[in-house]
Amino acid sequence: MFRYIVRRLLQMVLTFFGATFVVYALMFAAQDDPIQALVGERPITPSQRTALTERFHLDDNFFAQYWYYMKGLLTGDFGTSLTNRKIADMLADAWPVTLRLSLLAIVIAATIAILAGVVSGIRRGSIFDNATLAITLVVLAMPIVVLAPLAQLVFGIKLGWFPVTAGQDAGLWQLLLPATVLASLVVATELRVTRASVAENLRADYVRTAKAKGLTRARVIGVHVLRNSLIPVITLIGVDLGALMSGAIVTEKVFNIPGVGFNLFRGIRTEDGPLVVGFVSVLVIVFLVVNLIVDLLYAVLDPRIRYE
Amino acid sequence: MTGVTDISVDLDPRAPLLHVDDLHVEFRTRDGVANAVNGASFWLNPGETLAILGESGCGKSVTAQAVMGILDSPPAHVTGGRVLFRGADLLQLPEKSRREFRANRIAMIFQDALSALNPVYTVGFQLAEMFRKHRGMSRADAKRRSVELLDQVRIPAAQERINDYPHQFSGGMRQRVMIAMALALDPEVLIADEPTTALDVTVQAQIMGLLAELQRQRNMGLILITHDMGVVADVADRISVMYAGRIVEEAPVYDIYAHPAHPYTKALLESIPRLDHKGRQLNVIRGLPPSLTDLPPGCAFHPRCGYARDICRTDQPPAYQIAAHRISRCHFIREVLGV
Amino acid sequence: MSESVMPKPGPTEQAPGKPRSLAGDAWHDLRRSKIFWLAAVLIAVILLMAAWPSLFTSADPRDCVLARQHRGPSGAAIFGYDFQGCDVYAKTVYGARYSIVVGVFATLIAGLIGAVFGLAAGFFGGWLDAILSRFIDVMLGIPLLLGAIVLAKRLSADPQSNGVLAVTVTLGLLGWTTAARVLRSSVVAAKNQDYVAAARMLGAGNNRLLFRHILPNSMASYIVVLTILLGINIASEATLSFLGIGLKGNAISWGIAISEATGYVRVAAGPLIWPALFLAATVLAFIMLGDAVRDAFDPKLR
Repeated sequence: MFRYIVRRLLQMVLTFFGATFVVYALMFAAQDDPIQALVGERPITPSQRTALTERFHLDDNFFAQYWYYMKGLLTGDFGTSLTNRKIADMLADAWPVTLRLSLLAIVIAATIAILAGVVSGIRRGSIFDNATLAITLVVLAMPIVVLAPLAQLVFGIKLGWFPVTAGQDAGLWQLLLPATVLASLVVATELRVTRASVAENLRADYVRTAKAKGLTRARVIGVHVLRNSLIPVITLIGVDLGALMSGAIVTEKVFNIPGVGFNLFRGIRTEDGPLVVGFVSVLVIVFLVVNLIVDLLYAVLDPRIRYE
Repeated sequence: MTGVTDISVDLDPRAPLLHVDDLHVEFRTRDGVANAVNGASFWLNPGETLAILGESGCGKSVTAQAVMGILDSPPAHVTGGRVLFRGADLLQLPEKSRREFRANRIAMIFQDALSALNPVYTVGFQLAEMFRKHRGMSRADAKRRSVELLDQVRIPAAQERINDYPHQFSGGMRQRVMIAMALALDPEVLIADEPTTALDVTVQAQIMGLLAELQRQRNMGLILITHDMGVVADVADRISVMYAGRIVEEAPVYDIYAHPAHPYTKALLESIPRLDHKGRQLNVIRGLPPSLTDLPPGCAFHPRCGYARDICRTDQPPAYQIAAHRISRCHFIREVLGV
Repeated sequence: MSESVMPKPGPTEQAPGKPRSLAGDAWHDLRRSKIFWLAAVLIAVILLMAAWPSLFTSADPRDCVLARQHRGPSGAAIFGYDFQGCDVYAKTVYGARYSIVVGVFATLIAGLIGAVFGLAAGFFGGWLDAILSRFIDVMLGIPLLLGAIVLAKRLSADPQSNGVLAVTVTLGLLGWTTAARVLRSSVVAAKNQDYVAAARMLGAGNNRLLFRHILPNSMASYIVVLTILLGINIASEATLSFLGIGLKGNAISWGIAISEATGYVRVAAGPLIWPALFLAATVLAFIMLGDAVRDAFDPKLR
């Protein structure tokens, strides 16, 4: 277990530096006028120009720039937006509602995916299974820019079942529709993986043993098959966080939820480069940390990894 | 000794311990119907070891799993026959009563203990599960009994090893765990499906010795499923030779080695390398086992049989009784026996 | 299990005695797949629309008259008009072009990078594999859209461009990781097959091994991944355009149309619904195609 954790942590450090470097390079490497890229088409005063140059150490060479940027990230200094707000402060205001939204989405997606996936996996080829596969195919193909506005239009505006927008202090009820939209981004793959995993495990030899032990079908599936089948699904939920973050940008915009995604959207629209780079960096770090946690959880679930 | 809670099943203590009668199993797949078992019959008495011998794909494992009632359905369907335990036909029982027979009265161990044990639970959990679910024991009692069981199958330091996972055991130790698990509820019949095939030769002997010893202690009926005639000779009382889902010959172990009464048995024996036949060409059985989706008419062995004549291609041989407890399904027994 | 209970694959009704190749088998399965044909027809229509939009509409999508703002469907404009008074149907039809162009070219770029990385890592193995695989891990640490936001923002800084090139390059540069991984693992699997070892022993050189023996056996899953990636890229283009860093200016794009329409959705739903449906159908078509092809090549898990 210890060796696994150490190895995973080392890997994480490498990925952390690699990923932040790539993000930084995407923005600044081999850039003729990085300041213009940061501010886009908006006019810029010489004093702003000086401030930005200083802020991003644009007079230094690229690696030194990255070093200062990294130092900032690690010390919690994510920079200042062009509107002169500290990005750390903006994040502090924005993250609670985004956290609620994404947790709700993860729970909705995982619940549906695991319940339907297990049933589908057990009854492969049944009407339920085929219907589920067809639905996942359609859901899989729904871009978030289609789903979010259409869901708002149909369930919020036309039918009036759900609130059309959600505020800073949005509760469960207000977040339910956007969270469902967000969940649909990942539910299809999670369901398919659950289904395939259950189907595969049902054929495993240990299932035959469990049956030969005279255990009830409920116990064979609920205890023996499920634990094995969920291992890949848990990993997937970690990876899917990336899709949820991307989806949150559009969803929060459409439903007017003042969260992290909404701020990022506004940053993009107002061509606020420092804000975009800062927010994206933080999101990438969150993504990496969550995946580290998921990998450690994986070791708890699968003893073969633990004792490697 | 009985752990069976469902008293609605009437058992006749004078009936044979286990009697499989004309069992038929087929697999229905998209590519057609495979006739895996085509009228297999055999019986078993307490304290006795019956070996079911045959090549891969002859239906011996399917037969065992049909007896246990653990075939996946679909695609497998038991389409005929009876499985009588002390006179009660298990195939007629509802699943709930059927389940009470598994592990309580008939237990089974499998070839590859690594994949047959659940990788994500400790050995202790998987053993204790038997006592907790079937006997309603407390966690502590179940654990104590599990340690005792591991002691009985001679796993060193059972007390500590109980918290280990299957992949932390060696192959032989894992098979001991399987045996401990199968014997947990003192079954009257144990079906061992190729229990030593995946093991080293030295370990094989240890496991077979352990099985024989436990069988004697408990006066348990043992069905040993194998393709290895060498394993069989030492431990079996009787042998049933299976081919294409049928028992083609059945005989006490001595008789079958001395005077095989079916061409297939004879061919199997001749294909064993023997020290006293050093330098001679080894006989191999020509051809391949038949496709189960497309069994040849008549005797299923005729395409590979040196004795085959026209009748073999059209008429399925009945079970000829040669002597007490000796049966052969061949039209030309006399020629095969050389009398 | 000690023995195989499944029957040996018997002769099938077609071409008795003559074994079909894997591709032949897959094609045989594909032809009977309803999903495949549905996807194929959809894709054909969309490609036609992208190539010759004038076949579908005689209206000019840029002929916008504010006086017609949000006018409902009529004989002249069957989907009505949007907030600028443009014909929604014409705009939707013409929107197919950039979606397809961006999707196809981004997928080609990603496929090329993925092929180089996957083949090099899988075939040569060793330290090269270690480095390339770590790099892939790093890239997978950046969620696609987040990376794309940064890169597209930078690439599209030129206010004169319509963003097509920027978005294509962005998605191509960031989307290759899955393809590389899949290709790498199937190359590794193929490489370890006995027949490859046999070919090597018979003196086959690296090129011959790679192109005659390994590649043909690794292509199926790679192509499936690219087909699905094509769908994902089209969706990503729309999302980037929606966010304002994809296509812009006078480019006609479903993503922009959806973005604009969300502001007026209480007044007129048509300008939102139609491009959304076309976009969803396009993405669905490619994902269905990928799904059907995978099922045909790998029928195990059906």
